[in-house]
Amino acid sequence: MAIKALADYDFPSSDALENYKGKQLLYINWERHRMFSRPFVLALTPDTPFSVIVDQYITNCYSYHPDFAHIDWTQVVWQNSDTVFHPDMTKSLQENGIGHKDLIRFTTPGLDGIAGTGY
Amino acid sequence: MASNAFIAFQKNEETRCIVEAIVEDNPEAIVNEQPAMVKVDVPGRLVIKRATVEEKMGRDFDLQELQLHLITISGHLDETDDEFTLSWNS
Amino acid sequence: MDMKVAKKLGLKERYTLMTRDLAWDTTYQPMDKVFPQVTFEGIKIHDWDKWEDPFRLTMDAYWKYQAEKERKLYAILDAFNQNNGHLSVTDARYMNVLKLFLGSTPPLELMAARGFSMVGRQMVGAGPRVACQMQAVDEYRHFQTQIHSISNYNKFYNGMDEFAHQQSRMWYLSDGKSFFDDAITAGPFEFMVAIGFAFEYVLTNILFVPFISGAAYNGDMAAMTVGFSAQSDEARHMTLGLECIKFMLEQDPDNLPIVQRWIDKWTWRGTRKLASVGMMMDYMLPKRIMSFKEAWEIYFEQNGAALFTDLARYGITVPKCFSQTIEEKEHVTHQSWIGFYMKPDATPFHTWIPGKEELDWLSEKYPNTFDKYYRPVYEFLDQQEKTGNRFNNKTQPMNCQVCVSTIKFNEPGDPMSTCFRETRYKGEKFHFCSDHCKDIFEHEPEKYVQTYISSHQGLQGNCAPEGVDVNAPDFNPGDHIADYWKLDKRATGDFNGSEDQKNFAAWRDQATKN
Repeated sequence: MAIKALADYDFPSSDALENYKGKQLLYINWERHRMFSRPFVLALTPDTPFSVIVDQYITNCYSYHPDFAHIDWTQVVWQNSDTVFHPDMTKSLQENGIGHKDLIRFTTPGLDGIAGTGY
Repeated sequence: MASNAFIAFQKNEETRCIVEAIVEDNPEAIVNEQPAMVKVDVPGRLVIKRATVEEKMGRDFDLQELQLHLITISGHLDETDDEFTLSWNS
Repeated sequence: MDMKVAKKLGLKERYTLMTRDLAWDTTYQPMDKVFPQVTFEGIKIHDWDKWEDPFRLTMDAYWKYQAEKERKLYAILDAFNQNNGHLSVTDARYMNVLKLFLGSTPPLELMAARGFSMVGRQMVGAGPRVACQMQAVDEYRHFQTQIHSISNYNKFYNGMDEFAHQQSRMWYLSDGKSFFDDAITAGPFEFMVAIGFAFEYVLTNILFVPFISGAAYNGDMAAMTVGFSAQSDEARHMTLGLECIKFMLEQDPDNLPIVQRWIDKWTWRGTRKLASVGMMMDYMLPKRIMSFKEAWEIYFEQNGAALFTDLARYGITVPKCFSQTIEEKEHVTHQSWIGFYMKPDATPFHTWIPGKEELDWLSEKYPNTFDKYYRPVYEFLDQQEKTGNRFNNKTQPMNCQVCVSTIKFNEPGDPMSTCFRETRYKGEKFHFCSDHCKDIFEHEPEKYVQTYISSHQGLQGNCAPEGVDVNAPDFNPGDHIADYWKLDKRATGDFNGSEDQKNFAAWRDQATKN
């Protein structure tokens, strides 16, 4: 549907890629660990290796959770929004097909949060 | 079952009389006292009559004075000089 | 006190003379050029005289009663403040309710005042114009008296002084700001449905009735008197909103689908806004009157059902979101408090883990969900805090493009999973917290691509205090955001160990002995 307005109505998106000076937004969520309330957002260059996401950002945020130490990283299921994918840790975000404002969700089978609550 | 029309007032000396008048004029009224406020529910239709309020207060009363004490209402409102009515058509 | 209006005429005649009969049609310019805003939304009006305010309140009576309300209000406020009333509240944790309220509510009252001033100018009929004018003055009064009553607390407790600066900048205030920005940039009829109907009639009962009664229950006479004084105007506001809905539906059958879409949209937007109000009721009031779930059942499910059953004769159906809100009433307050608890450095108020008796109360009030999903995580976080490892999630949030809540609500039917929805518009991806927010976006994407998301603005380098080089290679937006927000560090962190906690205990001790 087009907006109804009294005059021409054409304004730019607040979060267009060009506003990030060579970086792109990326959201990260650990599924069934809702203690962290919501995903977190990063602005990274597209050549950032995927391993940095895991070793730095995911570890810094989620290692507070007692499940974190028990993650078997070979069993982790990765999704880009609803689509399952298999990231190559040594390759970049771009090479892993990750674009501006993509949402990376990871599920850790067998780990369902504090006392199995999803938190 | 008819939906409830309701009205809530701040609890004070004036609304004590108003609630007494509502209870007298609406036999199905349910009075619910809460901290600092009082809520009155009546199935279908709730009426506040000026004459009854005046009798309880022992003075003249303008129904627009209700404005001073109101907290909330539910139902379609009709206000005249003599009656303040809240009702649901269903 | 002499409250009587000199009566020569009956109420109906007086109302007609003092409102409709004072209006005129323009002749130097055609009416449609003077009032261009009333047609572009697609609402068809054939006879503006059919609009009548059932309160039949005229301006002279309005000023008389409002002046009386102000006299009562200030008599109580003065007495409360002269008597060191702030020390009579239940517990120093209570002050944090006021801090959240101050940031989130008075600025929205001001926006409502601006909105009703605009709509009062834009509407053609004298009935709605007079009613909108009164409501604009009311909203301005609420904005001022709320700030005024809390200003006394500001002398004693931390974190209140920069609320106006923070309102358009801080992450957790963006949902309310976005709600009013959306409404005020719509047309006059949509604004009336958004604020007059969905917010005032369907939803504000939750905010003002149990919450203000809760303030009284916690010994806060200042908030109670200002809240009830404001609320005494709300019955009139609700009536205006409901009259507007009936008026549109009676004027032309073509108005029905437009009105229905607005009701669906704004009931949902209001529901999202109220998640934090519910959290105040369940978690932040040291003494609680009723749970958010109980309030929702009384004021939304029962009262809303009465309203929508009644409006069915015009073809109106219950809002699309109705069943989802019933499922969510068991969850949203807990999910919200966890969301605030985990960000102790990012709010000008304190958070805490509820005490054991409070957890028991929540278990009792939420038998279907609290023990199953929420209590274990609170007990875990409590243990962590007691061993010096208090939870502090230092990351930046992901927000819904429409309601601007953080994306923290569960997938319908699956409380263990977060709900995600997305769409593409002009090649860019947009994320939502729910199907309802996605629908709202897809109807008017041109509007919502402009949403202000605090974390994104920080990452663009727009939230650094003066003198910080956002282009420096080591620039990290998170390092400066607290300064940009003018966040008083004494007001952040856990309540346990806070300056407010210590001061309140010391002052209350002094108040009982020499």
